Amino acid sequence: MNRTRSVSILAVAGLMAAVAPPAMAGDTITVASWGGTYQEAETKAFFKPTADALGITIKEDTTNGLDDVRLQVTGNAVKWDITELGADECARGSKEGLFEKLDYGIIDKSGINPKLVHDDWVGISYTSVVLIYRTDVFGDKGPKTWADFWNVEKFPGRRALSGSQATETLSVAALANGIPIDKVYPVDIDGALKSVDKIRGHIDAWWTSGAQAMQLVKDGEVDMASIWNGRAGTLKKEGAPISFSFDQGVLTADCMVIPKGAKNKAAAMKALAMFVSPQLQANLPLYVDNGPVNEKAFETGKIPQDRIKDINSSPENVKKQVLQDAAFWRDNLVEATEKFNNLVQQ
Amino acid sequence: MSVHPTLPRDTGRAGQDLNTQALRADARRESLRLLALLSPSLFLVFAIIIVPIGWLFWLSLFDEAGALSAANYARFFEQASYIKTFVTTFRVAFIVTGACVLLGYPLAYMLSQLPRRAASICLIFVILPFWTSVLVRTYAWLVILQRKGLINSWLIDLGVISEPLPLANNLSGVVIGMTHILLPFLVLPLYASMKTIDTDCLRAGMNLGAGPVATFRQIFFPLSLPGLASGVVIVFVLCLGFFVTPALMGGGKVIMWAMRMEQTTSLYSNWGAGAALGVVLLVVTLALLGLFQWLLGARATGVWSSR
Repeated sequence: MNRTRSVSILAVAGLMAAVAPPAMAGDTITVASWGGTYQEAETKAFFKPTADALGITIKEDTTNGLDDVRLQVTGNAVKWDITELGADECARGSKEGLFEKLDYGIIDKSGINPKLVHDDWVGISYTSVVLIYRTDVFGDKGPKTWADFWNVEKFPGRRALSGSQATETLSVAALANGIPIDKVYPVDIDGALKSVDKIRGHIDAWWTSGAQAMQLVKDGEVDMASIWNGRAGTLKKEGAPISFSFDQGVLTADCMVIPKGAKNKAAAMKALAMFVSPQLQANLPLYVDNGPVNEKAFETGKIPQDRIKDINSSPENVKKQVLQDAAFWRDNLVEATEKFNNLVQQ
Repeated sequence: MSVHPTLPRDTGRAGQDLNTQALRADARRESLRLLALLSPSLFLVFAIIIVPIGWLFWLSLFDEAGALSAANYARFFEQASYIKTFVTTFRVAFIVTGACVLLGYPLAYMLSQLPRRAASICLIFVILPFWTSVLVRTYAWLVILQRKGLINSWLIDLGVISEPLPLANNLSGVVIGMTHILLPFLVLPLYASMKTIDTDCLRAGMNLGAGPVATFRQIFFPLSLPGLASGVVIVFVLCLGFFVTPALMGGGKVIMWAMRMEQTTSLYSNWGAGAALGVVLLVVTLALLGLFQWLLGARATGVWSSR
């Protein structure tokens, strides 16, 4: 709209042919993410610097995930130019044809794990599923591995796992079975389910949201749990008696896409290129515990040395964790989730 | 009702017939006019209720490839967790409705017997929580009921128990939370109907020698049944679609139908999967309402007409 207006003003001024309106300036794009402190961090790390650099306006919205994108695209009412999703959602949405192709002539993919670089989606940040335990119950001798978590004799106590994220719970169940971190994927679903079957009688709560996981641990409702590292970090900052590490963590990526039929595709592409650039990626861990997806961010010198060890995607910490395979869950999510629900809700 | 001016005004049978016909025509015209008045709201009901529900039915018949199939319904029988969720939903609904009746009936009765001023003060205590966000009240219950919550710490400090009672993150937590939230939905219609009960009927009963218990049982209670029935139906139907409280208080162990819908909608790429859940709930609820109507309604209307 702004562009047409500027064109007509130019025409009236008689400055035809020679002057074209600036390619981007004045464009407005809408970016949707998960809201809360995470999106506030993204605003400071990605959105504001990008808007300033490109001279565009970035409006923000929040998403509930893939069903929102599906609703907009299939209903021909695409509100967003860029939206964030979980990597397995990106893989599924890609299969359904919900996204625009990305232009890797504009987006520089170097430094991003090739597993998170696809025709129509690209990684943006990492969350880890980690094992947290209360130090007022266990001191510093709490469960360190998922096998410990499954060992109810050696580590008696109340336990919580994710009931809503079957993918994550099945991954840690595989680790509890003694499978080494580089052999977890492709997940042996039936083996992992058998592992869940062993522990499910000892689970006091199956959490369905990050906030719930945090509350269960914080209020001492459980003594150990699987939890997202961002939530665990918040508990630590609040001074709760807890301990966690990235050992045997499950690294899950978030990704960004341009929904099919987005109105400002060209501007969105340039903005997305900025979001994944090492310079802006290095901003993210300054505000939130979700690590950058571009490993070149660690070479920018922006991230303080003593902060690097706390970041889940630092080269050192990545080695200790399993990277959740989006393509695997694209093909197995429905079946695995239904089986998981049948087991857990018995 | 006015007589049509063009009518021949002769007396006798023929004239009366003519009159009847004209009156009938008048009545017909009147109801047509009323219908015209109603049509905007009828249109609204059609556009925002009937059409979407029809669409929901339609969507539920298509599988992920977009082909006509019964896959969305077959899933309920193939995957054990759906039946389990369904049974849980109705179990919770029955328990919560029962708890609301047990707590709500005496409360409404007391309110209806109190002097006007005291009753309105007490009613504020019923209505005030009703205005508070469900989310806030649910979290408050969590603070009270959990392992290190108020109740358990008190009981342990008093030496009544040594191990905390499992009050939250299970069925009892869900039932307590939902009963608290749904109680006003039973008390308010029940109180309203109790206030309309003619005290002369009670006095007449006493006059004829009935004691307080017999008066209550034979006169007051039957007269309060219509209010109780509408309260029960409201509470029961609201239970079936409850989401927030079971999600927060159930600890992931009490999965109700609405939670399942949310999960299914994001798990499957076709709307049909979630739509089928909606259709099943709607059909079963309507069937149960029909049964309610037949059981309670018939009796209640019987009471009213004998009045």
